[in-house]
Parts: sequence; structure tokens; C-alpha cells
Amino acid sequence: MSKPTTQEIIARCQVLFEDLNFTAAREWKEAKDGRKVIGYMPVYVPREIIHAAGMLPLGILGGGDQMEVIHGDAYYQSYICRIPRSTIELGVTGKLDFVDGMLFPSICDVIRNLSGMWKMMFPDVYSKYFDVPQTYEDEIGGTFYTNEMAEFRKDLEELGGNKITDDALNNSIDLYNKNRQLIRELYDFRAQKPWQAPAWEVYLVIRAGLVLPVEEHSVLLEQYLAAAQAEERPVRDNTRVVVTGLFCEQPPLNLLKSLELAGCYVVDDDLMLVTRWLIGDVPTEGDPLHNLSQAFLHHSESTAAKYEPNLEEKGQFLVRAVKRTGAEGVIFASTSFCDPALLDRPMLQNVLNEANIPHIAFKYAENSGQMQPIREQAGTFADSIKLWSAA
Amino acid sequence: MKNPAATAKQPVEVEKDASMIKQKEMMAAHFDRLTNAKENGDKVASTFVPGNLNELIMCFDMVNNLPEVNAIQAGLRRKSGAYVMEAEKSGHSEDVCTYVKSDIGMMAKGNIGPNGKELPSPDVLLLSYTGCFTFLKWFELLREQYKCETIFLQTPYMADGKVTPNMIQYMVKQLKEDVIPRLEKVSGVKFDIDRLREYLRKSAKAEDDLVYILQSGKKVRSPIDAYFGGIYYIGPIFGAFRGTDHAIEYYKFLRQEVDQRIAAGLGPVTPDGPMGEEKYRLVVEGPPNYTNFRQFWKMFYDEGATVVASSYTKVGGTYDYGFRHDADRPIETLAEYCLGVYTNRSLPMRIDMLVDYINEYQADGLLINSIKSCNSFSAGQLLMMREVEKRTGKPAAFIETDLVDPRYFSAANVKNRLESYFQMVEQKRSSTGAAA
Ligand code: SF4
Ligand code: SF4
Repeated sequence: MSKPTTQEIIARCQVLFEDLNFTAAREWKEAKDGRKVIGYMPVYVPREIIHAAGMLPLGILGGGDQMEVIHGDAYYQSYICRIPRSTIELGVTGKLDFVDGMLFPSICDVIRNLSGMWKMMFPDVYSKYFDVPQTYEDEIGGTFYTNEMAEFRKDLEELGGNKITDDALNNSIDLYNKNRQLIRELYDFRAQKPWQAPAWEVYLVIRAGLVLPVEEHSVLLEQYLAAAQAEERPVRDNTRVVVTGLFCEQPPLNLLKSLELAGCYVVDDDLMLVTRWLIGDVPTEGDPLHNLSQAFLHHSESTAAKYEPNLEEKGQFLVRAVKRTGAEGVIFASTSFCDPALLDRPMLQNVLNEANIPHIAFKYAENSGQMQPIREQAGTFADSIKLWSAA
Repeated sequence: MKNPAATAKQPVEVEKDASMIKQKEMMAAHFDRLTNAKENGDKVASTFVPGNLNELIMCFDMVNNLPEVNAIQAGLRRKSGAYVMEAEKSGHSEDVCTYVKSDIGMMAKGNIGPNGKELPSPDVLLLSYTGCFTFLKWFELLREQYKCETIFLQTPYMADGKVTPNMIQYMVKQLKEDVIPRLEKVSGVKFDIDRLREYLRKSAKAEDDLVYILQSGKKVRSPIDAYFGGIYYIGPIFGAFRGTDHAIEYYKFLRQEVDQRIAAGLGPVTPDGPMGEEKYRLVVEGPPNYTNFRQFWKMFYDEGATVVASSYTKVGGTYDYGFRHDADRPIETLAEYCLGVYTNRSLPMRIDMLVDYINEYQADGLLINSIKSCNSFSAGQLLMMREVEKRTGKPAAFIETDLVDPRYFSAANVKNRLESYFQMVEQKRSSTGAAA
């Protein structure tokens, strides 16, 4: 079999991305009796447990800019972000009718409250607010989290009618370790040669992992990496930027494309953090829930949805990302009305100011249509950085 | 008719019942204690209203400073608008909670408290993360400014309508192994559990009376307004007085006042004097607007509308659902207290509560005041409205304002909505009357 080209791979990912009926996940479910699908929202859930239950974890990231939201708007005031309303739209229009459970991670009060709405609107579907610790002591936050995961494991055992063994969990951890390694590799590759792996392509490739089984997604990642490395693409004199604030509601694909057209190479971002939340491999020996909990407490990404207990550490993840990727600036792209992102932003900006890292900020919504202002702003930013470094 | 523009300004004389005067004096004394803290050698702990651990803070001889209360005071004094703008000028988004921005703007402008004196910098930020995500970021922002010790206490969300042993254990561990030892360190005072028990006992006493007062709204011809008046009533117990003799005395006094009004068949006292006929009985969900508080209230009492129960008066504890601070389980009780506050309750629980209120308080319907910048309260309120209507058969209405940002208070809009709402109530009455 010949190796697929980047174009072929991206075409496949694009189909998955645009398909709001989640046909791939439906087909996976129908392929075998008794299969179940568990949806989850941003920012992080331990997908390993769902996988170990023999179920498919399915990332639900709102409706994007292609879906018309009619019902969802009746549930939310104008001053609330878009993702909960388009998620409700997906629900009430039957696009999630094959989903057997929904997880609402503790990212903010909007998703928190949505968990209760879901229970009322879809009472026959298992749904859970997935609480995580915001304290990172082993005996305190660690124990709480291990117990929360144990409860979730029990729920899934009941839902699926099967025991989830430690062996199955360790096996799933192993598969997700591999997937995370590949994604890190892809991010590293993009940081080195951003012209070979444009941000919107990387986005689509990672996004495919939210609907495909992890085994299949890892193959896709390998294929894309191989193809992107093999293909020679023209190098532009773009400015290298880290984009942050994209951790929940999704930017339109056009936004990512516009940044590059405006002269920015995206060398790091916080999109779909669930795929990179745990840094490094989780051990595959011993008590799997304990290991997942340890990884969460001590080796996980920083983001606005998390409390940073240490003042000196606040925002340093961003400075490190800039250094690691050789970025020249940071773009704060936050969802309108997003509390976590927008309340965090001034603190992160202060940290960047101290580190002499230039930055700009704008807001978007998943259905933003007009890219011109963003393109202009990003273009000016890229130009000014180039001017500075030339001076 | 009075000129509305004239009433919007502070009128010379405002009618108050004795308890309101007493309440004001208590709050003023508290602010004096705060602004004199450094002189008096008192240490200051900043913390939030929902999940505030006043009894614990007092065990360490510290004074409690509540940034939300400061924002409310700034709102009532019409200073919050400028503070919010100040914060936005310095880079804070127009989209986020205006309490935070009022606080940050106030800090930038000298941190002047309602008594005209400078509020002290906190010695410790006790970040009790209960029922609102913004709290996390708010104290991260303050920590950046004050660079002081920040103690964190996470309250898990009551998503499934129940408190699990894991939640309690988590909180108890945090309290025992982290919060208390660190408070000892900051204050230099050794923790004494018997002292805590004593305060908790006092809390429970005042809580009994508070519940009696709030539940007096069940009387047809309610002696209280449980939203606008209720805000005065909850002040001491939600703030710095829970666990003190002052709170016990205040609620005893208030209870007597309420009893007298019941005996005399009187309604609530409004800033314009005793309320006239009780035409409408409402349940209100959501915080009020503070920048135009009196004007807002007037729109209700001018129409004969009394709020007989509200959810906002439960943000600092859901005592009417039976919770009391329990001196026999001093640490667990603090955990249970935090877990139970209104905004930490799941949406279905919040709906149940509003439905109960409408039924038990014989209300004509529900009014939601949706706060533009408060996701904790606001996200989901439209569904709540529909559900409550469906389950009670009573009409519900929706208005939108903000807590302390005057730009989002449109008097004409609110008034219009209220008027049509009252018409709806009338129609509902005549149709059910006709059917009966
Ligand atoms: S976009 Fe922001 S505010 Fe909206 S649900 Fe996501 S994290 Fe919450
Ligand atoms: S509950 Fe609402 S008003 Fe209070 S801090 Fe949270 S977001 Fe702000």
C-alpha cells in the first residue's frame, strides 16, 4: 500500500471535522453489538478509563462555524460564550443521539451548569460533571481524584456491564502514552519546521483524534508525520508565535489559516489540551488510577482553567513555551465571554512583559466569520516583530 | 407622581426600620475595625462570601475582609462604575465579572472603603473556592498585587445533588492539613478547636433566627421583602459576624421586629415608608443590581410587589434547608457549609428550590434577574425559567442587569419588563379564577 500524502490525510481529517453527525463514531458503535460511546467536553478527562471499558471517548467541541444554532440560542443569554449553545443544538437536533454518556469537565461555571442542564434535557443519558482537584498534594488532591476516577470507573462498569480490570487500564494507558508521544513529536516537528506542518493541518490531524479510536489515530499521526517530513514546502519569512486561549471553544479553521496568511507561524498552542494534558508517559505498571492521578497532579499542562498555587510559577508555562519553540511573540486569542481565559489574560500578559516577550490579544467566537480584523492585527504584529529584530 | 430623575438621586430622608439602622451600625463598625486593623495590630484575611469560614478566621484573631461586600458598597455608593472602567483601562476584559473589576479598580484608586479610609492590604488571601470559578482567578489577581500568602480551599461541586464521603474527606483533609496549619503560621495563633466550637454554637443560634425571619415570607401579607430587604438581613451573617454575640443579638432583634409587624398585619418597610397593599408575591432568582438599588426596589414596591423568597439570600448558606453549623463536628460542618451554598448546588437543585419557594410561599411567580457578568448564576437561567413555569404553572419573567456596572442597568427596560410581567400575573389570576 502506498503511503498517503499530506493532502490525502488532511482531506480525510477535514471530512471527519466537518461531519457533525459523527458518522465515524456511529459506524464504530454499530460495528459490534454492545459498543458504547462517551462524549466529553474540554478541557480534560482521563480517556484511558473509557477506552479500558471498551467504549469510545468522543470529543464534543461545539458546532463550529458551519452549524446554524437555532434551539441553543433559546437557552443562553447573549453574554455567554457559544460552545454551550451549539452543544445543546447538537443534542436537541439528534446529532448526539447515539452517545451513551456525556462528561462535563470542571473547566468553568458555564460547562459546570451545562452538566445540570444535560441531566434535565437528556435524562436517559448517563451524564457526569467530572470534578478534578485544584490542589496538588498527593494525600489531599491526589486521594480525592483517585476516588473520583474510581467512581467513574464503577459508573462505566455498570453502564457497560463489564468489569474494567487494571490490566485493561494499563493497556489503555500504554496506547494513550503512544498517542501523546506522537502528538508531542508532531508539535516538535512543527516548532522546528512550521512551514512543513501548517497550524490548520496540525489542528485537523489532532482533531481527528477526538472522534477516532486511539489506535487508529496513532496510525494517522504516524502517516501525517512521515508525509509532512517528506514533502518540501516553501519557507516564508513568517514570525513564529505561540497562540494561547484556545483551550475550550474552538476557533474557526479560518482563524488559524488567517494567522498564517498574515505572516505568523504558529509554533505552539493550547488547542485540544486533552490530547497533551499529561506530560510524559504515565507508568503502565501498578495501580493505574494512582498513576493517572500522579500524572495529573505532577506532570500536567498549565492552563487558565487550573489554579496555580505558586505565584512565581504563574504564567511561566507560556514563557517556557516561547523559549522551547523559539517563538518571537504570543497571541492571546480568547473566546468572547470566556471567564477563565479573559480573567487569566492580564496576569499572563504581565509575565510576558517582564520577560520582554511581545504579545497581542483579540477575541473570537466559534462562528466568527470576519477574519479581516484578525488578519490585520496579526499582520501588523508579525511585521513589527520583524522590524524590531532587524533593528 | 414624583419626578423619577429626582428619586434616582439620593433623596434626603430615607425611611428605615430599627433593624436596618442597627445593621448599618454593625457594618460601619466592621469597616472601622478593618481600616484600623494595622493600627490595632489585627491581621486581615480576605475571603469570599459563599464558603466564608468566619468562625475559623476568628479562631486566629483575624478580621475578615470580603471583596464582594466592598464591591457592593462601591455599587451602592455609585463608585463602582468608575472602578470598573479603571480596571478595563488597565487591560481587564469588558466581558468578565464586574465584582472583580470593581475591586481591582478600587485598589488602583487607593482602596478607599465606605468609611472614607483606606482598606488594609490583606495578610492572607483565604481562597475558598466555592460555587464560582471566578474566585480562583480573582485571588490569583489579588495575589499578584499583594504578594501575600494565599491559602486555597476547594469545595467540590454538588453536581449530582448529593454530598459524597469523598467530597467531605477531601475538604476535611484540606482544612486539617493545609488551611489550619497555614492560618496558624500567618497569624501566629495556635488553633483551638474548642474556640471554634464555641463560635459554631453561636452561629447556629443566629442561623435559627435568620431562618425564622426569611420564612416569615410565607405569611400572606409578608412582613419582609426577602430580596431587597433580605439583603440587609443577610449582611451580618454572610459577612464578618457569623459566630459572634452581635449576630445573635441582631437576629433576635430582627425577629422581634418581624413578629411585631406580623402581629400588626404590616408588610415590609421600604425606603419610602411602610409598604402599601401586597398585590404580588414574587420569588426572585439571581443577585440584584446595586448601582441603582433603590430605584430598582421602588419599581417593585410602587406596584405592590413583595419578594417573598429569593435564591440570592442563600449564597452564604442554605439554612432554610436545614443546615446549621454543628459544634459537635466542627471541621466537617465547615465542609458541609461550603458544599451547600446556593451557587454550589446543581442546576436541578436550584430549580427544585425555586419551585419549592413558589409553592410554599404561595408566590404568584418567578422573576429572574440575570446578571450580565456572572456566569455562575446566569448560565442556565433560561432553562430554569422554563422548568419552573412548567412545574408550577406560574408565570416567570426575565430581566437583565448587572451587579455593579451601571452601564448595564437600563431603568426603562427593566420597568417595561416588570410592568408586562405584572400584567401576566393578573391575566393568570383571572384565567385560573375563571376556571375555578
Ligand atoms: S469558552 Fe470559556 S466560558 Fe465558555 S464554556 Fe469554555 S471555558 Fe467556559
Ligand atoms: S458569583 Fe458571579 S458575581 Fe460573584 S464572583 Fe462569581 S461571577 Fe462574580
